[in-house]
Amino acid sequence: MAFAGRRDVPEPPDFGILKRLARDQLIYLLEQLPGKKDLFIEADLMSPLDRIANVSILKQHEVDKLYKVESRPAISASDQFCFLVRPRIKTMRYIADIVNADKMSGRSRKYKIIFSPQKFYACEMVLEEEGVFGDVTCDEWSFYLLPLDEDIISMELPEFFRDYFLEGDHRWINSIARALQLLNSLYGPFGKAYGIGRCAKMSYELWRDLEEESEADGQGRKPEIGNVFFMDRDTDYVTALCSQVVYEGLVDDTFRIKCGSVDFGPDVTSSDKSIKVLLNAQDKVFSQIRNEHFSSVFGFLSQKSRNLQAQYDRRRGMDIKQMKNFVSQELKGLKQEHRLLSLHIGACESIMKKKTKQDFQEMIKAEHSLLEGFDIRESTSFIEEHIDRQVSPIESLRLMCLLSITENGLIPKDYRSLKTQYLQSYGPEHLLTFHNLKRVGLLTEQSAGETLTAVESKVSKLVTDRAAGKITDAFNSLARKSNFRAISKKLGLIPRVDGEYDLKMPRDMAYVFSGAYIPLSCKIIEQVLERRGWLGLEEVVRLLNGNEFSVSGSTSAPG
Amino acid sequence: MSRARADEEEYWHSSKFRAFTFDDEDDELSQLKESKRAVNSLRDFVDNDDDDDDDLERVSWSGEPVGSISWSIKETASSSTSSLEGRDSSLRKGSSSYAAFPRQVSSYSLSSLFKGRNKLPSFQSLSDALSDTGFKNYNPELRRPKAEYKDYSNDWSPKDTVRRMQRGKVCSLERFRSLQDKLVLLDEAVAGHDGNVITAVLIFLKRTLRREILFRELEVRQVALCHLIHFLKETGEQKLLLDLLRFLDRTEEVALSQYREHLNIQDVEKRREFLKGCIGLPFSSEDTSHIQDHYTLLERQIIIEANDRHLETAGQSEIFRKYPRKASILNMPLVTTLFYSCFYHYTEAEGTFSSPTNLKKTFKIPDKQYVLTALAARAKLRAWDDVDALFTTKNWLGYTKKKAPIGFHRVVEILQRNNAPMQVLQEYVRLVEDVETRLNLATKYKCHDVVIETYRDLKDRIQLTAYKCKVERGSAEEDKINSILNNMQIRWKN
Repeated sequence: MAFAGRRDVPEPPDFGILKRLARDQLIYLLEQLPGKKDLFIEADLMSPLDRIANVSILKQHEVDKLYKVESRPAISASDQFCFLVRPRIKTMRYIADIVNADKMSGRSRKYKIIFSPQKFYACEMVLEEEGVFGDVTCDEWSFYLLPLDEDIISMELPEFFRDYFLEGDHRWINSIARALQLLNSLYGPFGKAYGIGRCAKMSYELWRDLEEESEADGQGRKPEIGNVFFMDRDTDYVTALCSQVVYEGLVDDTFRIKCGSVDFGPDVTSSDKSIKVLLNAQDKVFSQIRNEHFSSVFGFLSQKSRNLQAQYDRRRGMDIKQMKNFVSQELKGLKQEHRLLSLHIGACESIMKKKTKQDFQEMIKAEHSLLEGFDIRESTSFIEEHIDRQVSPIESLRLMCLLSITENGLIPKDYRSLKTQYLQSYGPEHLLTFHNLKRVGLLTEQSAGETLTAVESKVSKLVTDRAAGKITDAFNSLARKSNFRAISKKLGLIPRVDGEYDLKMPRDMAYVFSGAYIPLSCKIIEQVLERRGWLGLEEVVRLLNGNEFSVSGSTSAPG
Repeated sequence: MSRARADEEEYWHSSKFRAFTFDDEDDELSQLKESKRAVNSLRDFVDNDDDDDDDLERVSWSGEPVGSISWSIKETASSSTSSLEGRDSSLRKGSSSYAAFPRQVSSYSLSSLFKGRNKLPSFQSLSDALSDTGFKNYNPELRRPKAEYKDYSNDWSPKDTVRRMQRGKVCSLERFRSLQDKLVLLDEAVAGHDGNVITAVLIFLKRTLRREILFRELEVRQVALCHLIHFLKETGEQKLLLDLLRFLDRTEEVALSQYREHLNIQDVEKRREFLKGCIGLPFSSEDTSHIQDHYTLLERQIIIEANDRHLETAGQSEIFRKYPRKASILNMPLVTTLFYSCFYHYTEAEGTFSSPTNLKKTFKIPDKQYVLTALAARAKLRAWDDVDALFTTKNWLGYTKKKAPIGFHRVVEILQRNNAPMQVLQEYVRLVEDVETRLNLATKYKCHDVVIETYRDLKDRIQLTAYKCKVERGSAEEDKINSILNNMQIRWKN
C-alpha cells in the first residue's frame, strides 16, 4: 500500500529482517548435517520457502537433489536425507516407511527431520512407535512469520482454521505466541494490545507467559509497532464470505494469489508462457490499483497507457545526445512499466471474461440483499438454482454460509432442501462437509441452538461450578449465534442510501463491497482504536460473545 | 442510450450502487481493449532490444521461475523417472553446477540470535524421558541462565511441568501416578492453552489409564476431549475413537465417522457393500435417506457402467460411436448421472435403470433440477426437438403452450452456450417474461425481431428508431422497423 505522501501513517518497520532470520536459521540447520544430502520438502512449504531462499542457496549448503514429500517411495543414492516438513502424523509415517525400508535392505543413511515452525510431541510419539526414533534427528526451523509485502506478514498456516475452529485443537496457539515473541523482540515492545475472541485471548495469555521469563532486552527501546489487535476469525465470517470487487481481490478470485505471488497463464501474458508474478508494493502499477474498486481500474490503466505512449513518443525528434540520455535513464523504467501494464491489462481481461460468463452481477445482487436482509426468498432461490446448475461447488457453499450467518441459521425447510440438492449436484459424500460446517457454525439450521442447550445442561450437572463456566464457554463457541443483523445495526455496517455511492472517492470502507457493506472486523478495529478501548461498545461485545481485552504497555494482565 | 440501459441506470440510482456491470458490451471494456492495443503496439519497440529481464523472473516451460524451489523439484521428479544414464548425467550436471556457485558466506549471520532451543538435537523421545528416572540434560542450552539447570530431579509441580513442556523441553510425566495427579496435570495443560502439551499429556494418560476411566474424566473436560478425538482421528485409531464416541452417546458422530471410511475404498464393489452396511448406522432420519440414496446411486452406476462399456466396445450403438465417453460414470454425483442418462439413454422406457425418468422417480429429483439437466444434455446434442418437447404442454382442449419450472432466461442462457440456431434461440427469448431481461437478452444475442416487437409493444418510438442503426441496411428487419414506425394505428408514448 502506498505509504508515501500520507503523513498520518508511519513507515512500516523493516520486516525483511524476518526473511533474513529465517534463511540464516535454515542454512544453520542444513549445515548441522554436513556433506551432500537430498532434501525432501513438504508441498505446502514450497511456496513459503521460495520466498526466502532459492535453489542456489540450498546448493551452496550441499543440498544435492530436491524432492517433494509424497506417498511415492523415494529412490535416491544419497547417504543423507533431510526432511523439511510440517509437524504432521501422516508425514511422520511417510518418513518412517523410508527409514524402515532402508533398514530392511541393509542400507545405512543419515536422516534429519526439520519441523516448521515447530515440532509436536505427537510426531515424536509416532517416530517412536514406528521404531525409527534415534535413527532420525529432529530439529525445529522457527519460521513463524513470512513477510508477504512491506506491510503484510503471514504465518502461512492454512490448517490453523480447521484445527482450531473445527477440531477444537489448541496446538497452534503456542506457535502464535512464539511468533508474537519474535515480533516483540525484533520491533520493540508493543504500545497497546487489544483483542476479541477466545483464541485471541488464549494466544495473548500464552505469549505473556512465555515473555515473562525471557530477558527484558526489549525494554526501553522505541517501539516500532504501536498497537496490536488480536481477532478471531469467527468474529467476522461475513466479510470473508462476500464476493470481492477490488482489483487484488478479483485477481485472487480468478488466479489464486499464493504467498503473495500469482501465476498468470498464457491468456494473460498473450504469449505461450505462464509467468509467475510477485504482487506487492514493488509493482508500481499493481500498488496503485490493488485497493481500487474494479470499475475504477480500467480508467486508470488506460490513462497509464496513454502516458506511457506519450513518453515513448518523446523520442521522436530527439537528437543523439538526448536519445542517449533517454536510453540510459528512462528506457529501462518505461520498459518495466510497459511490461507491468500489459500484464495487468491482460489480467483485467481474463477477470472480465470469467465474470461475464458467470452471473456475477446477479450473485452480487443476491449477496447485497442478504447483507441488508431484504428479499431473502429471492436470494434463496438464486442459491438453489446455482446449486442445480452445478456451478462451482465452493461458490454454492459460500452463498449458503452467507445466508446462514446473516439469518442466524437457515429455516429447517430450506436447510433440508438446499442440502439435498447440494448432495445431488456435487456428490453424496458432502454429507460430511455439511456436518463440519454445522459444527463450526458456518451453516446451521435455525432450531439447532435448543438441542445444544440440552446437552450443555446435562453436562453442567456433572461438574463443579468453576469447570461448568468453562464448558458453557466451550459450548457457546460451538453453538454461537452470529447475531449479524443486530451487530450490523449497532455499528452501522450497511451505509444509508443517499444518492449514488461514489466508488472513486469513497466516503467509507464500504467501497470494497461496492458501497453495500462495511467490513465488520475493520469497523471494530476502527471503533476500538478511536476509543482506545472497548468502552461504549459493551452491546457489540456482548453480541460478539465477549472475550475482549485491552492492555496498555502490554505488561499487565488482560482485563 | 438504450432503454434497457436507462432502466438499469434507474435501478443503480435508486439503490446506492454505481452502475458498474460486468458486461462485455460495457464502454469500460472497450476502453480497456483500447489500452491493450496501445500497449501492444509499443511492444515492437520494446522487445527489439530487450535482453535485460531485470525485474521479471525467468520462467521455465511449466511457468515456474527458473531457480525457484518448486521448479527444481519438478526437475528432479522428471529426471528421476528417466533412465539410469539420464539420472547419472543429471547428477553430474548437478555437481558441476554446484561447483560453479561461488560460496557466499553470509556476513551478518543472525543464526546466533536463535534461542538454543532450536539447536537441540532431540535424542530423547517423550517416553524415553518418561521412563528415565534419573533424567539428565544432554543438551545444554546456550542462552538459558544457569539457574534453570539447577534441578533435574523429578519434583516439578504440575504447573512447572506444563510450563517446561510449553517451551519445548523434555519433562518426565512418569511421576504423576495417582489419578488425582494426572488430572491436575491435565487441567494445568488445558489452562496453559498449548494444544501440543495437552495432547502430550493425553498420550500419557491414554497409556496409563484404563479407557473407561479416561473417557469418564474427559467427558467433563471438553477441551481435552476435543484434543483426544482429534488425535485419534489423525493417528487413525478408529476403533478407540468409535468406542469413545459411543461412550459419549454421540451416535451421529459414530455413524459419520464410519461412513467417512468409504472414501478410502477404491474398489467399487467393495465400496457398494460398505455403503450398504452404512444404511443401518444411527444417522438422523434425514441423513439415513441420503445414505440410502448414495448406496442406490452407486448400485445403479455399476449396472449402467457395465452395460455401456459393453455397448461401447461392441461399437453397435450410434450414440456411443459418435460421442465416445470421456470418463466412467462411477462415483459421479446424481445430477451428473442424470445428465449422462439424458445424453445417452434419453429415449429409454422407464423400466430400465439407465432411463432418465427412472432416475427422476427413484431419487425424487425436483422438476427444476430435472429440466435444467435434461435441457443441458439435449442442447449439447443439438436435439432441438427434444428441447421443444421439454417445455411444451397441452391443455385439455389440445392447445399447446410453453411452460418451464425455471425462468426462460436460464433456458436461453443454456441454449446460447450450446450455440443454438437463431430461430430456436429467438423463440425462447420471446418467452422471457420480464420485459427488461427480455430486451437485454434479445439485444445481447441480436434477436432483432424480439427487440423490435418489444419496443412496438412498449410503444417506445425513440428506442425503436435508435435501434434502426443496429440492424443491417436494407434487411428485412429494417423494413419491419420502418413499417411499424409508419403505422398510424400505434399510439406512441413518445
